Amino acid sequence: MTTFQCILMGFLIVCAISVSFSKNLLNSILIYMSYSLIMSIIWVCLESPDLAITEAAVGAGITSILFFATLKKIHAIQIEKEKEEKADQKEAESNE
Amino acid sequence: MSRLKPDKEYEKTGAFHFFRWLSGSKDPYVGEVEMQPQKELQTQESTILERMNETQMLRDKVYDVENNKILTLFHKIYVAAAIVFCIALVGLLLYTVSFLPRIGNSANPDNNIVSERYIEKGLQETGALNIVSGMILTYRAFDTFGETNVLFIATCCVMILLMVDDAILKKQEDKDDRRFEPKNDVILQGTAFVLCPIIFIFGIYVILNGHLSPGGGFSGGAILGAGLILYTSAFGFKKTQRFFNELIYKIAKITALCMYGIIGSYFYIMGANGFDNHIPLGIPGHILSGGIILPIDICVGLEVACTMYAFYALFRRGGL
Repeated sequence: MTTFQCILMGFLIVCAISVSFSKNLLNSILIYMSYSLIMSIIWVCLESPDLAITEAAVGAGITSILFFATLKKIHAIQIEKEKEEKADQKEAESNE
Repeated sequence: MSRLKPDKEYEKTGAFHFFRWLSGSKDPYVGEVEMQPQKELQTQESTILERMNETQMLRDKVYDVENNKILTLFHKIYVAAAIVFCIALVGLLLYTVSFLPRIGNSANPDNNIVSERYIEKGLQETGALNIVSGMILTYRAFDTFGETNVLFIATCCVMILLMVDDAILKKQEDKDDRRFEPKNDVILQGTAFVLCPIIFIFGIYVILNGHLSPGGGFSGGAILGAGLILYTSAFGFKKTQRFFNELIYKIAKITALCMYGIIGSYFYIMGANGFDNHIPLGIPGHILSGGIILPIDICVGLEVACTMYAFYALFRRGGL
């Protein structure tokens, strides 16, 4: 195993642990996405490019997009418009 | 233990927490994340009465159970047929298993003969340079057919759960046209404008070269689906519906599955009876070679691309 692969494995472990320890759901999805991306590079190193393509497309692309869609459906992501409205309200309160 | 910092400052550092966790004197989860004992489910009397009332109404008014003799007969036959079918299926599978060799025996054909034959005669028999594609789409095409069916059934289930009526969808869109996607996002649209054609062409390339280079139906279909999702999230559902609406989705999905079924069953029936299947293998390395691999790759790719896009559209909007 080369040094490059060892470094990638290290990243993999760090990502896997920090997914479960992250308190923000959005962050954990992003970390999971990078986990899949690193996994796909490892697949290339292990000489199975078929799996690498699938992992990159499904793991890093579609699964995380579906997670985002779900988060938005259950209102775990704040929409920017709402944020702006809240900021406006705060400003108005402070002016009063 | 000698420390440079006084005790109060030391308690704030990460090292203190780490060593406390290491020695086990304080569990970080205790008090922070704990399971609450589950409350006993309490149903009020009124809801129980309402439910009973509804069931009674369904029986009397909708199905008219007492007067509708055919429906009761159908229900009885349905239950009986389901039980008979399950028992027959279990019996058939067990009967087939009894012909298989014992598990774990080192002389079993799947431990030496099968893989040897795949590697030695794979190119000659399937005509595919990519040995993985050759294996999963000819020798093991039946497995892949099962996987394709799983995708089909999964989308059907998601549709049952998440599909919204067209009239409600239209009303929602009229009320707030920014509900489902960010409109006129310059960065996203510019990126999608450059990337989408490349992604589509790469996906088609991966599907069509499944028998020559790494990839194949599933990977190419996933790339196509991801490209469709990118296009939709940048330009909106209305623009996607110009070339990919519900009708095209249904046609593509059902045609792909049926084509796979027809090609696969033809291949299997001819092969099982020892006939020549009349599908030319071509010269290995050419784009038109590999017998049934190329058409099956296209079918699987269409199926997977439709599935991926349908998941996104149904999750996001509740309709295709």
